[in-house]
Amino acid sequence: MTHTTPNRILEVSDLRVRFGSVVALDGATMYANTGEITAIIGDNGAGKSSLTKAILGVYPTSEGEILFKGEKAVMDTPHAAKSHGIEAVFQDLALFDDLTLWQNMFINRELTGGFGPFSFLKRAEMIKQSDDLVRRLTVNVPDARRTVRSMSGGQRQAVAIARAVAWGSELVIMDEPTAALGIRERTEVEDTIMSLRDEGRSFMLISHSFDQVMRVADAVWVMRHGRAVAHRRVSETTGEELVALVTGAINE
Amino acid sequence: MTTPISAGPSALLARLGLSREQLGMATVAKLAPLLALIILVIIGAIVSPTFLSFGNIRSMLLTSAILMIFAVGQTFVIATGGIDLSVASIAQLSGVSLGIVVAGGLSPELGMLGALVIGTAAGALNGLIVSKLKITDFIVTLGTFSAYSGLTLLLSDAKPQIVNSSFLIAISTRGFGLVSFLLLIAIVVAVVAHFVMFRTPFGTHVLAVGGNKKAADALGISFVRVKVGVYAISGLLAAVAGILLVARLGAAEPTAGSAYQLTSIAAAVLGGVSLFGGKGSIIGPLIGALVLTGVVNLLTITGVPVYYQPIAVGAVVVLAAYLRRYER
Repeated sequence: MTHTTPNRILEVSDLRVRFGSVVALDGATMYANTGEITAIIGDNGAGKSSLTKAILGVYPTSEGEILFKGEKAVMDTPHAAKSHGIEAVFQDLALFDDLTLWQNMFINRELTGGFGPFSFLKRAEMIKQSDDLVRRLTVNVPDARRTVRSMSGGQRQAVAIARAVAWGSELVIMDEPTAALGIRERTEVEDTIMSLRDEGRSFMLISHSFDQVMRVADAVWVMRHGRAVAHRRVSETTGEELVALVTGAINE
Repeated sequence: MTTPISAGPSALLARLGLSREQLGMATVAKLAPLLALIILVIIGAIVSPTFLSFGNIRSMLLTSAILMIFAVGQTFVIATGGIDLSVASIAQLSGVSLGIVVAGGLSPELGMLGALVIGTAAGALNGLIVSKLKITDFIVTLGTFSAYSGLTLLLSDAKPQIVNSSFLIAISTRGFGLVSFLLLIAIVVAVVAHFVMFRTPFGTHVLAVGGNKKAADALGISFVRVKVGVYAISGLLAAVAGILLVARLGAAEPTAGSAYQLTSIAAAVLGGVSLFGGKGSIIGPLIGALVLTGVVNLLTITGVPVYYQPIAVGAVVVLAAYLRRYER
């Protein structure tokens, strides 16, 4: 991978993450295209979460290179990733139950006005923007002034996704976004992601569900032992082949 | 065009942070401090003819003012999931510093400024130890509670120091009708605190760190900044309270106000601040402080032996905590 293709939003090469003697990423090399949903699959401990956390600047990488939109990027802190327009929906959603929807949407990016050293929250504006955003993503929206605690699993998911989509202008990385949801809510979330993809947004999707990958993704990387061992276009593979690649029944 | 979110009873409930389903016991829990206050007033009015007299109300408000200030500071710390056991020690340390400055022949105003700086620094040190060394809040402030009181005794030689200041005499004795200057200071503190907690990014981050530390980290909120911030606020307000204690006593007394260590926490809990962090209000702890002061006052004016007072205060706090179980 010496040349960069212009439609690649992200390319990582030979990424290594170590925790003492434990090797979490052992030279992972992969890429994601702009305007596509790129799935990452693999068994537990294969390095899926480590890969995304390295890209997000949560884990320090000891070796390797990350190219973002064709340019070398140093993701050494969560802030660095955010400043590139990369956001994540974490498995546990990273929501604050006793804060309102709008506070969750704008957490650590609050809109403020003020005079001199005093700055105060522009609540009305944040409430309105949150409301518009969540409403655009899903029909089933709660009042932006409600606390997240009072919401259903699907609504909470919608809030977390809305937050990531709102701030992750370039790339949104999702770690098992539907694992905790019922079928109807899962379908809603998948539809939301796909319609955003159709608008040109880029996603990376960690999933345990081969069915979901086949339904939603455009491309898929298979991880094993801290490396990305196989790459397929979803249109050119089958669920059976993916299972075989994950378990190691097929080796590349 | 009217936005649908701003209309109707559901919007009102949303403003209160409630959904329809949460009404019932949850409302009772949410309004527990206010209900406790109302019940106390009713019982007081029945039991004692003097309880609701002008003089007694003024006296209760005056007495509760210092507790309110402690409780507001405590609320910031508890909202992050911490606890500040060192507030009374910081107040004593600040008060004694004021005494030392005055004893050295300098002006009380300079002494007060010094007391505020020392209180804030002592609080900030709590926050630094908690966040940088990653030691539990409880242990850190238990340690500094001891260390700061020791330092106070050392500096004061365990002796009170008379502080003669016309300004301090005025704020501890004067006022407007029911509203003493002390109460006025407490109200100003509360209004500013409410603004900081609910109208600034810092306040949101305080609640965020208390509510979900892992998520706060992931979203780039600085744990150190929040912890140092809340403990500095608690230390600053403890210093304000310490100065007011000096004003009331007319002297810097190295062991004055030790009881506030626990009553400040009790007032916050009674006022609905979750000890797990992540939620709270400023008005709640104010009412909590009023209730605690009122209970003690009622027991005193009805002639109940003084040793029953801590038992009654303890019972009220536990009962309030029990009611809160229904809140979520």
